[in-house]
Amino acid sequence: MAETDWNPWRRLLALPNESRAKTIIVAFLVSAVCAVLVSGATVILRPIQTANRAAEEQARISDLVRGIPGMSTLLDASGGTLSTVVIDLGTGRAAQGVTAETLQVALADQANWTPLSAGQDIAGLAQRPNYAQIFLLREGDEISLVLLPVTGQGYGGRFDAMLALHGDMNTIAGIAITQHAETPGLGGRIEDPSWQESFPGTLVRDDSGEVRFKVARGDATTEYEVDGITGATRTGTGFTRMMQFWLGPDGYGPLLDAIARGGF
Amino acid sequence: MTARTAFWTTLTDPLIRQNPVTLQILGICSALAVTTSLATALTMSVSLTVVLTLAAGVISLIRRHIPDTIRLIVQIVIVASLVIVIDQILQAYFAQISRALSVYVGLITTNCLVLGRTEAYARYHPPLPSMVDAFGNGLGYSLVLIIIGAIRELFGRGQLFGHQVLPLADAGGWFTPLSLMLLAPSAFFLLGGLVWAVRSVRPEQVEAPEFAPPPRPEAAE
Repeated sequence: MAETDWNPWRRLLALPNESRAKTIIVAFLVSAVCAVLVSGATVILRPIQTANRAAEEQARISDLVRGIPGMSTLLDASGGTLSTVVIDLGTGRAAQGVTAETLQVALADQANWTPLSAGQDIAGLAQRPNYAQIFLLREGDEISLVLLPVTGQGYGGRFDAMLALHGDMNTIAGIAITQHAETPGLGGRIEDPSWQESFPGTLVRDDSGEVRFKVARGDATTEYEVDGITGATRTGTGFTRMMQFWLGPDGYGPLLDAIARGGF
Repeated sequence: MTARTAFWTTLTDPLIRQNPVTLQILGICSALAVTTSLATALTMSVSLTVVLTLAAGVISLIRRHIPDTIRLIVQIVIVASLVIVIDQILQAYFAQISRALSVYVGLITTNCLVLGRTEAYARYHPPLPSMVDAFGNGLGYSLVLIIIGAIRELFGRGQLFGHQVLPLADAGGWFTPLSLMLLAPSAFFLLGGLVWAVRSVRPEQVEAPEFAPPPRPEAAE
């Protein structure tokens, strides 16, 4: 076969491996095929991955709710379903244009955070998001339970909790700690169900609307207090401040008022 | 008949006689990191075996046309793409395990074992033997991972595949978990023990000492 082969593919294969043209073409072809493979896999599998993440998030939340002492019986008894709402903390109403899916994106933008002045910043957070994802349990038209994510500053760092309030927006139904860095055995006992059991039934605000909730030093003496944890005064103080901030006018105060008036 | 025996040897040799982990001490970083439980060890083993076999097949297929100057880059690109695809599949269908494996699936790319096999074997052999060899090496790696993973999970938590096998002392049983087993050093100990065990049974694997210790001075008389 002395005549030239005009098939470009065969000519390419016939080139010596060390030739510059073949080196470049092989490199290009391999990268192109691999790029198609990788992009294809990513695009095809993305919907499944997104669904996975959403399911995971949902499972985490329902685990959390079930983890609040006494909450599963409450949910089973009411038979209601938990709905997710993103609220605007400034107005205390449902947020316009931000949904549970876009919340993470919105919160990545610094414009959606409000800096807190020294007087406002009871909980030591320095800034507060403008939007928060809360969970409501409706029975008919009435809201019978609301779950509020809260964050405070403890002894070892930030801690996150989920606070459940009954329909009167003043009686605690339960609490779950979702994340903390307190000393194990001391402040870390905020995770103990035995401590969290003292929350249900405790009142948070008095008739004038002032937040009275407190982690007592020692045993609780009023209906606004829960028992303190021995050896974890700063954790307790941090907890008190967290509740005072988040249930106050700069936290969920406007929302709680709106719900209590029946205007939500 | 001889061809079949040749395949059989290629496949079974890397299990113990030429085991890539215990003999060549290749790919041990991941072997140490993902063996805290049997499930992660098994997923990692399957992922690595699949990547290794496919990579060997692809590279062997184009082996005559890989320019020598860029052969490592070409091999790594192929391996990396396969790893990304596997990682995406794991994230989609085994989200839980994928989180437990975290970055180690991605690190299969840099696993010396993969590049070692493609560079040393797949570049010189036709696709079928290359894939058999790669599969055998994957199995050899898997064997070590599964042994170490099983020991660590059994003694660290009293479980196998997440099922309680040994009743825990906390729950009224007799077994007190050995937390050391869940820490990285235990994997070194176990791997060391395994290498020692294999080399005791097969003394031909023992490496010749590189240095002779200096002769001990005789006590002055």
